[in-house]
Amino acid sequence: MTTDKFVLVNGQEVPIEGEKNLLELIRKAGIEIPTLCYHPKLSVYGACRLCVVEIEGRGIQTSCSTEPEHGMKVKTHTPALRNIRKVAVELFLANHKVECPTCDQMGNCKLEEVARKLGVNEVRFKKIKDFRPADTGSVSIYRDPDKCVLCGQCVRFCKEIHGVGAIDFAFRGKNTYVTPAFGRSVGEGECVNCGQCAAVCPVGAIVVNKHIAPVQKALDDKTKTVVVHMAPAVRAGIGEEFGLPASHETTGKMVAALRRLGFDKVYDTVYAADLTIVEEGTEFVNRLTKGGVLPQFTSCCPGWIKFIEEYYPELLPNLSSCKSPQQMMGAIMREVLPEKLGVKNEDLFVVSIMPCTAKKFEIRRPEFEYAEGKRDTDEVITTQELARMIKAAGIDFVNLKPEEFDMPLGDKTGAGVIFGVTGGVTEAALRFAVEKVTGKVIDSKDLDYKAVRGSEGLLEATLDVDGTKLRIAIVHGLANAHKVCKELMNGEVKYDFIEVMTCPGGCINGGGQPIDFNQAAKIERRTKELYDADKEMPRRKSQDNPAVISTYETLLKEPCGEKSHHLLHTKYYKRTF
Amino acid sequence: MTGQTDAKLEQVCKIIEKHHSDGSKLIPILQEIQEVYRYLPEEVIDFTARKLKIPAAQVYGVATFYSHFALTPKGKYLVKVCNGTACHVKKSIPVLNAIVEKLKLSEGKMTTDDMLFTVETVSCLGACGLAPVMVINEDVHGMMTPTKAVAEIDKILAEEAAK
Ligand code: SF4
Ligand code: SF4
Ligand code: SF4
Ligand code: FES
Ligand code: FES
Repeated sequence: MTTDKFVLVNGQEVPIEGEKNLLELIRKAGIEIPTLCYHPKLSVYGACRLCVVEIEGRGIQTSCSTEPEHGMKVKTHTPALRNIRKVAVELFLANHKVECPTCDQMGNCKLEEVARKLGVNEVRFKKIKDFRPADTGSVSIYRDPDKCVLCGQCVRFCKEIHGVGAIDFAFRGKNTYVTPAFGRSVGEGECVNCGQCAAVCPVGAIVVNKHIAPVQKALDDKTKTVVVHMAPAVRAGIGEEFGLPASHETTGKMVAALRRLGFDKVYDTVYAADLTIVEEGTEFVNRLTKGGVLPQFTSCCPGWIKFIEEYYPELLPNLSSCKSPQQMMGAIMREVLPEKLGVKNEDLFVVSIMPCTAKKFEIRRPEFEYAEGKRDTDEVITTQELARMIKAAGIDFVNLKPEEFDMPLGDKTGAGVIFGVTGGVTEAALRFAVEKVTGKVIDSKDLDYKAVRGSEGLLEATLDVDGTKLRIAIVHGLANAHKVCKELMNGEVKYDFIEVMTCPGGCINGGGQPIDFNQAAKIERRTKELYDADKEMPRRKSQDNPAVISTYETLLKEPCGEKSHHLLHTKYYKRTF
Repeated sequence: MTGQTDAKLEQVCKIIEKHHSDGSKLIPILQEIQEVYRYLPEEVIDFTARKLKIPAAQVYGVATFYSHFALTPKGKYLVKVCNGTACHVKKSIPVLNAIVEKLKLSEGKMTTDDMLFTVETVSCLGACGLAPVMVINEDVHGMMTPTKAVAEIDKILAEEAAK
């Protein structure tokens, strides 16, 4: 966009190019202004007052809530502004449980960063807030209200992006705090465990609930055989913790690191993603050709599953009965590994590494047990937790020699890899279903279904498959799922296939991924990384995965057959909250 | 559920219907529900949230923001002791202390176990000419002293005992 309108920022002309507020415009000019409560995808709250600027003729204003106007003269770092920011940070610190060295957010904390940058070296105010106990009742997230700076990002994210609103402000004045109703645990209510509140929390007031200890205990236990597999999105994240770009090599380093940590076998969840596609794709083709319930919803995101069980139980028949890749992997491992590795199931400890905090909830669903009280997947650790384990073990990640996954459950295709990004499951399913429906092999140059790639929260596409029109919707951010579900129930829209991911951008932006407060940039970067990885793969269709093919030959016999139903499919239940 | 709670819940449904299940009417809805129960019970808040399709956390947020709403049950007799400027100057605190002591209450516990009395302080009841002022349910008692206040409590206790 070209424009002759501009704002003078510290004397420099900065063109107005559709920025919603002065803050965005100032940042575009390369000037950093600290903020705690601003998030570009959420409504403006204007509470932290760190973003103040001086506007000639108007005095001091918060830049996040001021629209840029032609000819405005703005100063960003005058002594008065610096003082306001310093006092604001002091006030935050006065009421903050300062315990940086032992805080989970250490290294990623905005408050600490801002205090350091502003040179705050004393706190002249007294604590006025009362102690509030931490919320330890969720398997996915840990909340400590004593560290909360009341920026409201978590509250707005959960409400505006997800339409869930599991947490909100309660009470007023110095007693204000963020909580579910009646101070209950967030684990008891409608929370879908996505961990996005932790991802946006600028401080350590909401963090991923860590399960490093039980995994370490299993690794230290000589009687246990500990196997691990990792989700597609993890490879588009782990490098960030070590200053490395995502690449085949970085993934190889991670495999090497996992062996150093003591894992006996290192497998790839992508194998199970490919298996999911064959099952889910077959289910879809069956529904399509045999007059089954349509549209079919994807079922690989446990946040979405809990959401539909809570809000739209009427639509449960539309949900694919396929387990998520994590749970397919768990079931297959429990079936084949005892014999293969010569170990009893009780002594087999299954760990999955996920970008996702909701997966911690999923493994604890009673449907996913191989025996009474015995989980298919013993523990989930997130990308964040894996990085921490690697660092704690003193492994020099950067200089590790890349290693290969263990076979056969480490075999994969590009279709499984793109599961981690919004639209990826659909694209992978299409690479399968189109071949099934037409009976023709898709040429490798036609494998990119660009129509289902994009960052809009609700993407629609119609695909002509030999005269059959497939109507597809791809949704991420649950507020968009609310919209689609309501429209479906009112009969306003018709689709054949709907993919839903809870997290904006898909799993690459899951709540357990390395913290990066620049949401747009991280989604763009990690999306590209997974699509690039797909391009590099020798095989790019799930049905071509040799391990998947052999699993059908030796174990399952046929997709959606009896054995599959027993191992790879599940049921859903209406939930009240 | 007892018949009485059913009847009350029915009233709640009527209130919500009257406001067309409109979430933007949350404050008047809570106000009317509080008239039914004299406070806002947890289950009723959850129920209302579901009916209005608003998150319970948000309803709780509103209910705790306004001091008018009560989230714990109140006694049959609500004793409000004014501690506005005029009443404070005219020694309202000794009046309050006398009642608290008489009813064996303490700072964190302002309702008697038999649910007969709840004691609250309020700021200015608009009757400063009568300071210090105490209100029991709807009845205004002016020019209070600790002795007179305790006498009013004794009177109610005697009436209740006679029932
Ligand atoms: S984990 Fe997700 S659903 Fe739960 S409170 Fe946080 S943002 Fe909301
Ligand atoms: S918990 Fe974190 S994100 Fe939520 S209001 Fe507090 S500081 Fe902000
Ligand atoms: S989108 Fe992915 S990371 Fe997010 S909740 Fe769903 S499965 Fe987990
Ligand atoms: S970022 Fe503007 S007030 Fe917080
Ligand atoms: S101060 Fe008590 S009635 Fe006005």
